Amino acid sequence: MKSGAQILIEGLTEQGVDIIFGYPGGVVLPIYDELYDADIRHILVRHEQAAIHAADGYARASGKTGVCLATSGPGACNLVTGLATAYMDSIPVVAITGQVPTSLLGNDAFQESDITGITMPVTKHNYLVTDARDLKRIIREAFHIASTGRKGPVLIDLPKDVCTSMVPDVDGPDEQPRLRGYKPKYQGHSKMIQRAVDLLLQAKRPVIYAGGGVISSDASAELVALAEKMCMPVTTTLMGLGCIPTDHPLNLGMLGMHGTEYANYAITESDLLFSIGVRFDDRVTGKIEAFAPQAKIIHIDIDPAEIGKNKQPDVPIVGDAKSVLSDILKKIPESCPHPEWSEKVAMWKKNHPLRYTSDGKLHPQFVIKTLADVLGEKGIIVSEVGQNQMWTAQWFKFTRPRQWISSGGLGTMGYGFPASMGVHFACPDQPVFVLAGDGSFQMNIQELGTVAQYNIPVKVIVLNNQYLGMVRQWQQLFYERRYSYTELPEVHFERIAKAYGIEAATVRNASDVEAAIRTALAHPGPYVLDVRVEREENVFPMVPAGANISEMIVGHHTEHEEE
Amino acid sequence: MTAHIFSVLVEDSPGVLSRVTGLFSRRGFNIESLAVGHCEQPDTSRITIVVTGNDVQIEQVKKQLNKLIEVIKVLDISESEHVERELALMKVRAGPGEARSEVMQIAGIFRAKIIDVGSDTLVVEVTGDSGKIAAIEDLLKPYGVLELVRTGKIALQRGSATVSSGR
Repeated sequence: MKSGAQILIEGLTEQGVDIIFGYPGGVVLPIYDELYDADIRHILVRHEQAAIHAADGYARASGKTGVCLATSGPGACNLVTGLATAYMDSIPVVAITGQVPTSLLGNDAFQESDITGITMPVTKHNYLVTDARDLKRIIREAFHIASTGRKGPVLIDLPKDVCTSMVPDVDGPDEQPRLRGYKPKYQGHSKMIQRAVDLLLQAKRPVIYAGGGVISSDASAELVALAEKMCMPVTTTLMGLGCIPTDHPLNLGMLGMHGTEYANYAITESDLLFSIGVRFDDRVTGKIEAFAPQAKIIHIDIDPAEIGKNKQPDVPIVGDAKSVLSDILKKIPESCPHPEWSEKVAMWKKNHPLRYTSDGKLHPQFVIKTLADVLGEKGIIVSEVGQNQMWTAQWFKFTRPRQWISSGGLGTMGYGFPASMGVHFACPDQPVFVLAGDGSFQMNIQELGTVAQYNIPVKVIVLNNQYLGMVRQWQQLFYERRYSYTELPEVHFERIAKAYGIEAATVRNASDVEAAIRTALAHPGPYVLDVRVEREENVFPMVPAGANISEMIVGHHTEHEEE
Repeated sequence: MTAHIFSVLVEDSPGVLSRVTGLFSRRGFNIESLAVGHCEQPDTSRITIVVTGNDVQIEQVKKQLNKLIEVIKVLDISESEHVERELALMKVRAGPGEARSEVMQIAGIFRAKIIDVGSDTLVVEVTGDSGKIAAIEDLLKPYGVLELVRTGKIALQRGSATVSSGR
């Protein structure tokens, strides 16, 4: 006989789980009692939202499924934002929540909330377990669902009596879950693949538009191989950054609202858009009717519901990015140069680089550029959300997939810092840097307690402008500078960090930035760098919401250009 | 904008109906009618949903339904030859005398059944397509329809095709 809690821990171990981020509470006491001498490491966070973001960061950096644990009611409800974050970005996470005993379900019992009802729209699937004998199967199904097809979060709600009840040991063979309604399709249809190849070979001005799906299916090598064979420039979404190195000659950087001018021009002029692992999000396409107006569209995605949702493709291919790219690569005979097109794209790149003013003042872009120079090929970059995120996306030099960790679809402020803890445990040998704003950092700043307790050596760079910068930027550009509730008072993050026992420094001059970053990098533990940047710096280029992406506001920078 | 009839085979598990209906409201689709019950296969239920929308919306509904883990099969039955029925019960004011016999005559014409007789009322059971039910409702209205309840549309493809065979 075994208890439900024992079955849970065994099930997690069977799935290869070695770390859980969690927060205890009344109804999960039986689970915590099992964890006390289990071979699974548990990281005690300071808020359940941080537990799920950390599990999510772990998943993004490692490619494995992240796991978090929370108690019923408020604990479970605090996971909701994190589930929605993981759901929007298709990140494999299994969230385990405690629940009141089955006899009290629906009774408005203490710390009861209907978490399976609440999270239905933000999970790929969820379970309310009512019998411990189902638990082993459910754990296997949950990990299977989270980590296959279009990945996503799965929640398992465990009433306290299910955890304590003793049931016969049903430890059968490690069989595959049998789910009649869940059979993700990995292999693309051969006819469609041939049609895609035909279009590729006919194209005069082809562009690859690649997203998070390429990272998720580990298809970056195949993507770059196809781009090189076809001499086809590559633009990526925010989620796709890293699938081609920033310095690669065919890389156009990010497209869309804060994309590069040359990426948006190339999309607009292209005659073939090779879209893979993307979903034609409004932040990417701007006015959808004017997006890639001359192009035939090939759309490859593992989720059939994404195809035709926002833009009708000429060639739809349902399948896994890696599998489809490999099939296409086999059919592309030799190199297919497009000299005129390549020249045109090169001209755009030369004439419209990313820019910022270099007047000796402390500009946030300079901080990121300096960080990129100091790190070289090392490091994993985690961002918060807002201006800090866009500047990092634009100015950091990514060299590989899973090097860039950021909340894309949901745009969750407060994601980055807690996620960085998970990133560290996924890649303990890599330096992990968080690029934050003073607004975002304060959304989950309590996790300084966690990084201090476990000496998690993440380095937080706060681009401190005492504004909710991105909203302020919109107010400046579209609301006549009426800065309605976007100014924040000065906070001394150095002092806050030190109160937690964490090393920290404040930087006020551009000339001190590099040395400060090197000091942070060399420090063996966590570190907070409060960088007082130009307060009213804007993110450019910018496509106003709903406008054509070729109509960008480019700002008035004159001096410093990207190399 | 046309009405489509989806026949959806689902795992017979708690919560599956709210997953399906939640999806509709969340994505802004309106359910016109819905009928659910066990079907010919064990541990499986069939939900019949009537939804109105343009082609893009209908395609999206179908794909989103298919994404639900507990949804086994989705078929738009209205795309092929099919038969459809609804059942309605109507409580009609019809005291002893002329009204009662007229209501019974109308019921007879529609091959409806009288399944309850009260001192002042009759309960009429009618089966048919939506048009037939609307027609008898119109004819009975002048007598006073005190209550009306209907099942929502159910439908099957004609011939040997079935939803589980995927045709």
